[in-house]
Amino acid sequence: MRLHEYQAKQVFADAGIPTPASTLAETVDDAVAAAEDIGYPVAIKAQVHVGGRGKAGGIKLAEDKDEAREYADDILGMDLKGYEVDRVLVEEAVDFENELYVGVTMDRGEGEPVAMVSTRGGVNIEEVAEEDPDAIAREHVDPAFGMHPYQARKVVYEAGVDRAVANDVASVLQTLYQIWDDRDGSDAEINPLMITSDDEVIAADAVFNVDSDALFRQPEIQEMEEEAGGGDELEQKADEYGFDYVRLDGNVGIIGNGAGLVMTTLDLVDHFGGSPANFLDVGGGAKAQRIANALDMVFSDDNVDSVVFNIFGGITRGDEVAEGINQALEQFDEIPKPVTVRLAGTNAEEGMEILNEDLVTVEHTLEDAVQRAVEYAQEVEA
Amino acid sequence: MSVLVDEDTRVVVQGITGGEGKFHTEQMLEYGTNVVAGAVPGRGGQEVAGVPVYDTVHDAAREEDANAAVVFVPPAFAGDALFEALDSPVDLVVAITEGIPTQDMARVKRKLRETDTHLVGPNCPGVITPGVAKLGILPGNIFSEGDVGLVSRSGTLTYQVVDDLTNRGIGQTTAIGIGGDPIIGTSFIDALELFENDPDTKAVVMCGEIGGEDEENAAQYIAEHMDTPVAGFIAGRTAPPGKRMGHAGAIVSGSGTGTAESKINALNDAGVPVGDTPEEVAQNVEDLL
Repeated sequence: MRLHEYQAKQVFADAGIPTPASTLAETVDDAVAAAEDIGYPVAIKAQVHVGGRGKAGGIKLAEDKDEAREYADDILGMDLKGYEVDRVLVEEAVDFENELYVGVTMDRGEGEPVAMVSTRGGVNIEEVAEEDPDAIAREHVDPAFGMHPYQARKVVYEAGVDRAVANDVASVLQTLYQIWDDRDGSDAEINPLMITSDDEVIAADAVFNVDSDALFRQPEIQEMEEEAGGGDELEQKADEYGFDYVRLDGNVGIIGNGAGLVMTTLDLVDHFGGSPANFLDVGGGAKAQRIANALDMVFSDDNVDSVVFNIFGGITRGDEVAEGINQALEQFDEIPKPVTVRLAGTNAEEGMEILNEDLVTVEHTLEDAVQRAVEYAQEVEA
Repeated sequence: MSVLVDEDTRVVVQGITGGEGKFHTEQMLEYGTNVVAGAVPGRGGQEVAGVPVYDTVHDAAREEDANAAVVFVPPAFAGDALFEALDSPVDLVVAITEGIPTQDMARVKRKLRETDTHLVGPNCPGVITPGVAKLGILPGNIFSEGDVGLVSRSGTLTYQVVDDLTNRGIGQTTAIGIGGDPIIGTSFIDALELFENDPDTKAVVMCGEIGGEDEENAAQYIAEHMDTPVAGFIAGRTAPPGKRMGHAGAIVSGSGTGTAESKINALNDAGVPVGDTPEEVAQNVEDLL
């Protein structure tokens, strides 16, 4: 789960990391009032979950009231890579000498947190990591002990941070790790961490992603997520239903259980000349209502011409799935899109007996089911 | 022979009184698994499916001589349950639970380094030695006894591939679902090493997916250390970059590593044939035997 910049900055500032003065605004008038309050120059920054906001015109520097009005008007309501901007952060523009990168993330390969510092801040750090990995100093942290102060200093020195600010940067890193640890972070980043001519350190941008699986014990973060909203309408619906769902641009709707099997179904649709409309994993142990919800999701995507169910039961039971499919389809006078079903594994035979074959096409192998669904989709398009 | 699970495996089920715990304990017993105890705090003295329940894994291991644990505990408490199992101690822990916070798993992984216990999972279907025992939620009826080892990051994909193997008359020594979470106990390399050292495993199937670099690392291990032939499958060829496909690990960053292509290439370079469909994987295994 990803927080907006203004929310991440709030979390960081509350923990004691210095941030520029800023105000969130939803209207042009509010943005101008905020700019007058803060004093020029100010940065006006779109608050959307899009990388490269600056290049896309989502961040502008205003030198006076007229510019503040003009830029706030430009940015509010603009479409930024598919996201409508409904909020801007109006922020004191910091005059800086140097820019650093400071971050904490989970090193999945090692299964350990890792803290990173680089003097090549202010740019796309992924590019730095690829072109010149040595430009980023790294320090693994034992999750049982947390980050020791000496580790924060070590990585800061190793990165070659200027002596005059090294201790302050180490302190920011230490705090960032503590936030990451306390709040179930997956990634916490400051890029850039600005160094002023007076040797002050200020977090000019903030990224904070939280482990979605840990939201149950992070009520404040969950509240921020609800406040943030946004995103694709169908993906929001999937969130409400609690599905892993990704919308794609094809016309064969796909519902399955287990990420690996659903991905394989997508690959097979492609293999047999079709085009997947979505990834939808109902997860383990899905009951009838959940299956009905999944069908509702896929039916409400206008691009879908045909639907394939691929269920291989383990913890999920075939009879429950069949009940759900019947339940969802029996409410229609006419089935909106042809549904092909393949059931295997736990209670699959019971499921096959329950399935109403007037409403769906039953296939017995994965390959046959996918091929049939692709054919149906092609017939609709033809 | 087999790896991880055999006739001497004596299982304690953590979370045996829950819906899934109870259902799958019955399924495991029906398959012939030696489920000797359950462990649920506050439920000591009860019985589930004829199996005695204890308050702690420690009591269950001591009283019933259990040497393996299967965990059906909800995600919020699962990290603690894993620590309890590692501390009891047992030789094998199979964690079925999906959605354990990653930081909890980092601490469990840290603890694991200090023990000799094998942890399989979490977010996995479990381990099965066909005809002998299954620990987890795998549907027993699709498996058959034989000489092919299987290791997979995805549960349902495991079932699909096993089904195709069994339909061709190819049985399995042991199948291990290692789970799709970012931090897991048993890696591809750990499982491949177990199979390489098992004289009865004549070939291995490895099912991977996009995200992370575990498959690439496994390919290197295969090239350098394995005599047993391996057949591969990679799910997620059509996944668009930057989108997370269910498993936390299954995201393509777009930076070249972790893609289906890089994994398939690494496996091919290690002499591993990678099938386009699960059916083709079974065909490849037949050719390797």
